[in-house]
Amino acid sequence: MHGNTPIVETHQLTRKFGNFVAVEGITFSVKPGEIVGFLGANGAGKTTLIRMLCGLLVPTSGTARVAGYDVAHNPEEVKYRIGYMSQKFSLYEDLTVEENIELFAGLYRLKAQQVTRKKEWLFQQYLLRDFARTLTRDLPLGLKQRLALGTALLHEPPVIFLDEPTSGVDPRFRRAFWDNIHALAREGKTIFVTTHFMEEAEYCHRILVMHAGKAIALDSPETLKRRYQKSTMQELFIHLVEQQLQEVS
Amino acid sequence: MNAIEVRGLRKQFGSLTAVNGVDLDIHEGEIFGLIGPDGAGKTTLMRILCTLLKPTSGRATLLGYDVVGQAEAIRHFLGYMPQRFSLYMDLTVEQNLQFFADLFQVPTAERKRRIAQLYAFSRLKPFQHRQAGALSGGMKQKLALSCALIHTPRILILDEPTTGVDPLSRKEFWEILKSIQQEGTSILVSTPYMDEADLCDRVGLMFQGELVTVGTPNEIRRLFPFILYKIQGQDLYRLRQFFQQQPAVAQVQLFGDVLHVAFHQPPEESQWQKWQYQTHQLLQQWEPIPPGIEDVFLNLMEQHHAR
Repeated sequence: MHGNTPIVETHQLTRKFGNFVAVEGITFSVKPGEIVGFLGANGAGKTTLIRMLCGLLVPTSGTARVAGYDVAHNPEEVKYRIGYMSQKFSLYEDLTVEENIELFAGLYRLKAQQVTRKKEWLFQQYLLRDFARTLTRDLPLGLKQRLALGTALLHEPPVIFLDEPTSGVDPRFRRAFWDNIHALAREGKTIFVTTHFMEEAEYCHRILVMHAGKAIALDSPETLKRRYQKSTMQELFIHLVEQQLQEVS
Repeated sequence: MNAIEVRGLRKQFGSLTAVNGVDLDIHEGEIFGLIGPDGAGKTTLMRILCTLLKPTSGRATLLGYDVVGQAEAIRHFLGYMPQRFSLYMDLTVEQNLQFFADLFQVPTAERKRRIAQLYAFSRLKPFQHRQAGALSGGMKQKLALSCALIHTPRILILDEPTTGVDPLSRKEFWEILKSIQQEGTSILVSTPYMDEADLCDRVGLMFQGELVTVGTPNEIRRLFPFILYKIQGQDLYRLRQFFQQQPAVAQVQLFGDVLHVAFHQPPEESQWQKWQYQTHQLLQQWEPIPPGIEDVFLNLMEQHHAR
């Protein structure tokens, strides 16, 4: 871990849509270099939470600070300090790999010299050099994913959000992708990730399990498995959510 | 009779060979899982079997009916859920279910029972009056699944039905799939989740247009040529680097908070102690484990790649 000052902090963060409470009273604090996994059933509120932390959605109540800025008051500052990648990779399919990199570099207002350096870094680190002139739509899904991650990192954001980044990607690429994520964390980047692959939850330092907008668990995978005496995250997740469902009924 | 028979099936798109000579028998009443990386040809194969795409050469039959010449007949007993399923976004959840029940002419009594069962699995009941377009991504997927499962076809083909669906719903989805199987339906399903491969009666691994291997999950597991150990300790990155350099080691994979290390031969106890010493006690625990389908899958792909 790098330093002890939290890079992301929320206090009683809440978001309502009409009468529907999508996120309810979430409080946590995350340090640089941490990988935090958001787990929850479909519709549990994970995407709403991420959208608030990205400065895309204003909280109904409560606060969140990301990289020193309040998401409600300085959303633009927040947006510049985060990287975001979702299952629907926001790449331009009709552009080549190199053109996509240049386009995103332009959007983040990188200087010409930086662009060259970043491009080189991406080609080398993410093994994309041979595909520089390939149209993005012709890339295998795994490489598209790598490119999408790469373009989200061009402006060197300290905080990165990955919303189901590995959906549909085959195991070889999924494992390589997680190697990249861990390398970023060791550099001190903070990473938030949502996933439905429970073995991926084990790669996270801490897990936030959500149900119906609330946090029902927040701890390391080992601690949670020990506390509930489950051998895998899959069993743990099913146990936690079923418990909640029983309490309701 | 087999539910599905495929012989020498090929599909060419211009210069790209999407399906390259596939032979396959799917038995009546079994759940057959198709796994393979993106671009392996799974969807193309499924679309040919669903009579939506003509093969370039070779042949395929469903319950004896030819997918090219007898497509009409096949559509009467076939259920299919494509990867991109078309829900009616301006209809509510309940209306979508009713619509598909009408389309497949599900009798009223059966319909009630089935919709109740599907609500139980999907937990979409509280959202029954919400428009499909206003559901979250995963909820849409669950509704699409429910619509595909509203009737009991003799053959059901599902193309990655659980991608993006949470683990609890996936578990419940598979319970429904098993109950449909009990009713006599043969099921062909593709999935990116290796734990689901274990729930199939048989599994086929597809890679670069070819069916690389077919077998029960246990038969597939036996194809793993190495001795696999689960290793725990401090600083898995340094441990991984350490084991990668050992000549006795064939492969090292980081797997959650443990390492999976594949050895050519099982190491002696004294060897483990030596390694513990050499890693300054970073190495803490080791135990042999059976390979997972994913381990075999990765290994087969590497072999295939090396060919």
